[in-house]
Amino acid sequence: MRAIEYAAPTSVAEAVTLLQRGGETARPLAGGTDLIVMAREYRRDVSLMVDVKRIPELMELSYDPQRGLHLGAAVPCYRIYEDPQVQRLYPALVDSAALIGGIQIQNRASIGGNLCNASPAADSIPTLIVLGAVCHIAGPGGERTVPVEQFCTGPGRTVLAPGELLVWIEIPPPAPRSGARFLRFIPRNEMDIAVANAAVAVTLDETRRRIAHARVAVGAVAPTPLLVEDAGRVLAGAPLEPEAWEPAIEAVRAATRPITDMRGSAAQRRHLAGVLVRRALEGAIARARES
Amino acid sequence: MAARVHVQARINGEDVDFLCEPRQSLLEVLREELELTGAKEGCNNGNCGACSVFLDGRVVNACCVLAVEVQGREITTIEGIGGPDAQLHPLQQAFLEEAALQCGVCTPGFIVAAKALLDRNPHPTEGQVRHWLAGNLCRCTGYDKIVRAVLRAAERMQGAAAS
Repeated sequence: MRAIEYAAPTSVAEAVTLLQRGGETARPLAGGTDLIVMAREYRRDVSLMVDVKRIPELMELSYDPQRGLHLGAAVPCYRIYEDPQVQRLYPALVDSAALIGGIQIQNRASIGGNLCNASPAADSIPTLIVLGAVCHIAGPGGERTVPVEQFCTGPGRTVLAPGELLVWIEIPPPAPRSGARFLRFIPRNEMDIAVANAAVAVTLDETRRRIAHARVAVGAVAPTPLLVEDAGRVLAGAPLEPEAWEPAIEAVRAATRPITDMRGSAAQRRHLAGVLVRRALEGAIARARES
Repeated sequence: MAARVHVQARINGEDVDFLCEPRQSLLEVLREELELTGAKEGCNNGNCGACSVFLDGRVVNACCVLAVEVQGREITTIEGIGGPDAQLHPLQQAFLEEAALQCGVCTPGFIVAAKALLDRNPHPTEGQVRHWLAGNLCRCTGYDKIVRAVLRAAERMQGAAAS
């Protein structure tokens, strides 16, 4: 790794000043499991690492019944899946946090980092999208919010401008009769990058016999994780039988723009996106019934 | 060379001071500055787990931590796992008895990661051991002997705790 500077500010304002001064090659450091490796392998030019783990807002994980979940951008995965409230209210977040890397990675890596790294195959992003998560960003010009589905702009690219910092992710409180599920396909049991992944969130109607509202997102099938709004639209009012979901599955397949690489072919990825969405729908409905 | 930074941490129960460059990983400093060569460099990119150490009680890959990050924190390496007077930890003893190694490069990482498992789950099933150790790679033996050694150590530690 080239020589770098390191700073560990204790406030958002201080971090923003450091990032702004550092310009394009200044990067926030959370768990480091992507950033340190990319800097070492010269895949990202980094001159300054701003360690954000001493900033309270980035390390906060708290729930409020009105406002929902405050997920600090640097909170490591283990704190998410070990949190009893997250387990009860946001099990899909546990699905994602518990399968990113092995235990050594989960003890360091954060969901905020996974989001900022902006991999098309990121395992937390489809979940955040279907949960309606919103990114709270601080920058030299003040604060702004961006829905997660608009945060990634391409592989490794996000809406963050130099000097901007993802501070926390807001996840609304779960609606009554709602549930969500994330699934990933890899050819082994653990420790691999998704060939495809998918998340679905559903809210059942008052009879609990139909879907009132659904959000569907897929990953590793386009340059960024995708919210498939058409799938959500055709699922609204659909019964809970898988045979009725075919138009939604077809909308998912149609929305994908997969590539062929060493992990899988475009055709396999498109097929998998459909299969994973169907299974994630089943899982989300099962959770909604229990809620 | 960038200015070296002064870092204070608690390593294997002792207060330690060292100087490092910000770009240096914890693994590099442990091995090259502090002569703690038990943690190994396998992949140096967070895949193999050969550099597993405890950082504030959580097992992490030392190759994916900057040494400057550990200011004021507590680290335990494989050198700090056994008892006083070179007494082996039950995991170390079980790895020897089960011959759960060939070249040995992955072994310190496996033992550190397995200790993290047994600290929180003293009765793991074989499946739980395999799942927990997914972030540790062995390219010699396959995993059967390693898993057997962990289960044997767990059994023995339970026996010792009960008696």
